[in-house]
Amino acid sequence: MNRREFFIKVVSPALFTVALFLIWEAICRVLKLPLTILPPPSAVFGALWQFRAPIIDNSYVTLWTTLAGFLIATVFGMLLGIAIGWHRAIYAGIYPVLIGFNSIPKVAVVPVLILWFGLGEVPAIITAFLISFFPIVVNVATGLATTEPELEDVLRALGASKLDIMRKVGIPRSLPYFFGSLKVAITLAFVGAVVSETVGANKGLGKLMLDAQAGFQVPIVFAGLLVLAALGIILYAITAAIEYRFTRWAFRGQHR
Amino acid sequence: MTALVSLDKVSMAYGRGATATRAIEEVTLDIAHGEFIAVVGPSGCGKSSLMKLISGLHPPLSGTLTLEGKPITSPIKAVGMAFQNSNLLPWRNIVDNVLLPLEIVQPHRSRMRSERAQYRDKAVKLLESVGLKGFTDRFPWELSGGMQQRSSICRALIHEPEILMLDEPFGALDAFTREELWCTLRDIQAARKVTVMLVTHDLREAVFLADTVYVMSNRPGRVIRRCSVNLPRPRDLEVTYTPEFQDIVHELRAAIGGRH
Repeated sequence: MNRREFFIKVVSPALFTVALFLIWEAICRVLKLPLTILPPPSAVFGALWQFRAPIIDNSYVTLWTTLAGFLIATVFGMLLGIAIGWHRAIYAGIYPVLIGFNSIPKVAVVPVLILWFGLGEVPAIITAFLISFFPIVVNVATGLATTEPELEDVLRALGASKLDIMRKVGIPRSLPYFFGSLKVAITLAFVGAVVSETVGANKGLGKLMLDAQAGFQVPIVFAGLLVLAALGIILYAITAAIEYRFTRWAFRGQHR
Repeated sequence: MTALVSLDKVSMAYGRGATATRAIEEVTLDIAHGEFIAVVGPSGCGKSSLMKLISGLHPPLSGTLTLEGKPITSPIKAVGMAFQNSNLLPWRNIVDNVLLPLEIVQPHRSRMRSERAQYRDKAVKLLESVGLKGFTDRFPWELSGGMQQRSSICRALIHEPEILMLDEPFGALDAFTREELWCTLRDIQAARKVTVMLVTHDLREAVFLADTVYVMSNRPGRVIRRCSVNLPRPRDLEVTYTPEFQDIVHELRAAIGGRH
């Protein structure tokens, strides 16, 4: 990494983040906002440090329910995407149902899940899964559908079966779409888990924030939001790194 | 010479019933073993459809279509194809791209695992023979258009097909690169005695390379002229400036017609 690149990739985002906190702090101080409306970053970081033990504890729960839901979504989304990309009849049959399903706000489903599985991690995992599998399905199916017809002709003339074409061309070709969708899916899964926790749970960051809000401990609510943002960035960065590792050929030109 | 491929009054259409579009109308032609034929004609005259027909990817509507006397009913494996777009897989390097057909077609497919090294050597030799020495481990996007097209032709040849089918393979290249590739193709055909069917817009290309040139009419495509090119082989690029060559090109141009 040369100096210019170091500036763009490290210094620039760091400066921007610090500036954001400073402006926030300044606004709170100038307008003399009460802690219960908008606590300044200094109070938020103070709460973060003071309540670090319960925050870490609850973050752990949110993190693992997110990852569990995300993993299920990955496997299920990939399989369903391949099925949809496989044949137009499957595509035509499943697609409307899928879109209808995706249109349902997942918040509305959480009470039903709690009814079925009780308060605990299971509703959070299922919500994370339900909210995050859709982009994976759509992207995998798109990747498969955009296989060049000429290349398909070349292979079919050689006696390639549908499975051969999928294995040699369709699936490798849809990998950049698949990994691209994982970046979207991981953040969605995170949202799903937290939403489920805020509707009803006995642990997790969402539950922590809900309790803090009930006690008017607004700095803790904001500390929770800050942790959520940080975890979201970390999860995104990990999936982006995995994407780059596995589909480097698709990044040609940008990173060479 | 016996005919390798034989078409007798073959018609072909896309779609069915009243909405079907006729692509080819009663085409009769023979392709001999080792012959180099070129098919020329205006855009959309069904040249590419003819390729689909002969490779068995699309069934004829009527007429008989045979390969070595046997009717063509399903895709024939003895064909290698290359198109205007090289269609190389960007996640494979050049040599792995060339090996792709061997992973599909029998008997190579089952031997691929145990004899990969030998197959790889064969692919490398083939690539070197078309002037790609030192580029075999590169990725397609690192190569120029002409080099990609050479690789694409190697991919079409690796399983030693009886017929090489080329659909405007040099259409996207600049004039100088195109002439270089004509010579490459000429040498490949001379060395391997492979039967070639070349679909092209370029009359000079057709006359320079082919033994027989077929001119097709506007859609639905019919063969309106068959022209034997009796220029002696091996042909040099210089031949394209001779009056004999120009006469044949002129004659073909007149047959295609259109406004001038």
